[in-house]
Amino acid sequence: MSIDRRSLIKCGAAGAGVAIAASTLPALAARPRKEAPADAVGMLYDTTLCIGCKTCVVACREANGKPPDTSNSPGRLYDMPLDLNGTTKNVIKLYKDPDGAERSYMKAQCMHCIDPACVGACMLGALQKRELGIVTYKQEFCSGCRYCQMACPFNIPKFEWSSRAPLMDKCEMCVHRVVKGQQPGCTEVCPRKAIVFGKRADLLAEAKRRIAGSPKKYKGYRKGDAPRVYGETEGGGTQVLYVSHVPFEKLGLPDLGDKPVPEVAQTVQHGIYQGFVAPVALYAVLGAVIMRNKKAEGQKGKAS
Amino acid sequence: MELWEMNQEEGQPAVTRDRRDFLKVCTMAAAAVGLSGAVAEQMAEAAAKGLKPSVIWLHFQECTGCTESLLRTSHPDLAELILSLVSLDYHETLFAAAGHQAEAALKKAMVDNAGKYVLVIEGAIPEKEGGIYCKIGGRTAVEIVNEVAAKAGAIIAIGSCASWGGIPSADPNPTGATGAPMILKGKTVVTIPGCPANPHNLLGVVLQYAVLGTLPKLDDKGRPLFAYGRTIHEHCPRRAHFDAGRFVQKFGDEAHRQGFCLYKTGCKGPATHANCSTLHFAEVIDAWPIGIGHPCFGCTEQTLAFRKPLHDTVDIDRPTPPDTYAPIKSPQGNVGAVATGTLGLIAGALLGAGYMASKKLGADEEQPTGKEK
Repeated sequence: MSIDRRSLIKCGAAGAGVAIAASTLPALAARPRKEAPADAVGMLYDTTLCIGCKTCVVACREANGKPPDTSNSPGRLYDMPLDLNGTTKNVIKLYKDPDGAERSYMKAQCMHCIDPACVGACMLGALQKRELGIVTYKQEFCSGCRYCQMACPFNIPKFEWSSRAPLMDKCEMCVHRVVKGQQPGCTEVCPRKAIVFGKRADLLAEAKRRIAGSPKKYKGYRKGDAPRVYGETEGGGTQVLYVSHVPFEKLGLPDLGDKPVPEVAQTVQHGIYQGFVAPVALYAVLGAVIMRNKKAEGQKGKAS
Repeated sequence: MELWEMNQEEGQPAVTRDRRDFLKVCTMAAAAVGLSGAVAEQMAEAAAKGLKPSVIWLHFQECTGCTESLLRTSHPDLAELILSLVSLDYHETLFAAAGHQAEAALKKAMVDNAGKYVLVIEGAIPEKEGGIYCKIGGRTAVEIVNEVAAKAGAIIAIGSCASWGGIPSADPNPTGATGAPMILKGKTVVTIPGCPANPHNLLGVVLQYAVLGTLPKLDDKGRPLFAYGRTIHEHCPRRAHFDAGRFVQKFGDEAHRQGFCLYKTGCKGPATHANCSTLHFAEVIDAWPIGIGHPCFGCTEQTLAFRKPLHDTVDIDRPTPPDTYAPIKSPQGNVGAVATGTLGLIAGALLGAGYMASKKLGADEEQPTGKEK
């Protein structure tokens, strides 16, 4: 195989294109932090108020037309999801300290991050932050790749494994009810207002007021940490906030720091695809190689 | 003095009572069936004007259990009902008259109150062989029910037999027994199934019709929603045991003595629509199957009673959460090293075999072309 001068120049030009694309990366590293939209709504869950009645689990099913999940119940007697799944957008879990008497309920549903990793991972924009900052899902854009499930630090989006035409399923803060002026199903029925719905800013203030009122009752992320509101800054902040009487660590909430989860991944991704230069350059190189090979083949054919 | 004592001592009907007493009876009757106090007043006024609804009660293929349970109600008791609140113009069990005299009373009531009387049907109606299996005064049940229903203001089928056939319609159903709604097609028939039906549900319908001239809201089987809108399971006093998973496994076992849930002994409560769990029979506390430690047998449901074996369990229509909780971290199965290794070996073998096969295929194709050249 011999390389003539002409093709060498061609390849060099294409390589330069790739280099230009790569050089845009550092410019993107300063990806601006996202703020919650001004009209952002949210929910505040207080473990000190929750009595584990699971009314919210049932109300969630009714509000979203989801069937009960009896797959884990012997004899199919109970609606008994062991975690969020393709038919369960909201579940009440129980933390029990194996050694002591410490226990707490834990309501799991989408956290509606201010900078959501699932939205960053979604190729086709099925998951987006839409009205009121709610992370909503449009099934017509979903390819079923489940990247969102992998990306989510809270392990929230779930795949409908039992369906023939599976979709993703996650809490959308009952956006269909909220836009009509109603509350989400879970907050509407909660008998102790352990989960409340409202503007994120108001809820954050209320959460801080509760902590300030009884600083000994509430806890931080780990044992001994100062009490705080989980979701105020965690993973760049979430629109669903938690205050708890047991450390958040015990409730299965991840230690995210205050950096948005998709920051690094999105910087790299968006850098590579900036202006669509890199893909064009790559395909130009490949095209050049093909052309060159074809030409060589043609000359060989003539020669024989 | 209690009202029933007054009746007994004086040995005469309650009609002689003053307005205050009468209003009390009406209020009791209204309250028993969930109507408001204002309705009681209207009821008393209507009755004072002599506007008591005429009731014609027909018996067909049945055990008279529904009448028997009606005889044992109080608040109001039967005497109050038939003497003060309604005009019971024809009832074969309670009639003093007999034979032609009784039939004449039926004819008269039908003519006098045409288009206004309440027809209560008790018992299934046989259709086989032209309906010859149930005849009264030489006429078949089908003939009688069609004639009386034609001029009725309201039609009520009391008991499972009249509602959908009940015991007489159980396999092999030699008489072709069926319910009143199946005979009176196109007419609104209020069905009050039950074996026996709870008499309060009948009173509720009759009194509402008498006072307001309307019928209660009905479900698709003609059952009033105020009584049949929910399942036994939804209001069962033993429901907490169901949610906690505490079940009677065998009659007479320790769990049975503790009053635990009877689901596993065949309780049909989760699939049976009725208000037995909230309104016990004849005002006797716990006078209903589950109250005495026996599973509900689904007597109000055509698909269950006398069809599904007594101690077979039913599916749960709308499962609800139990008393247990999901753990913080959901349990995941562990994959062992051996399993992973075995799977890897199989996958590797398949890949290798595939590669070899594809190579062979390619070689076969190339060879002939080589020969041509």
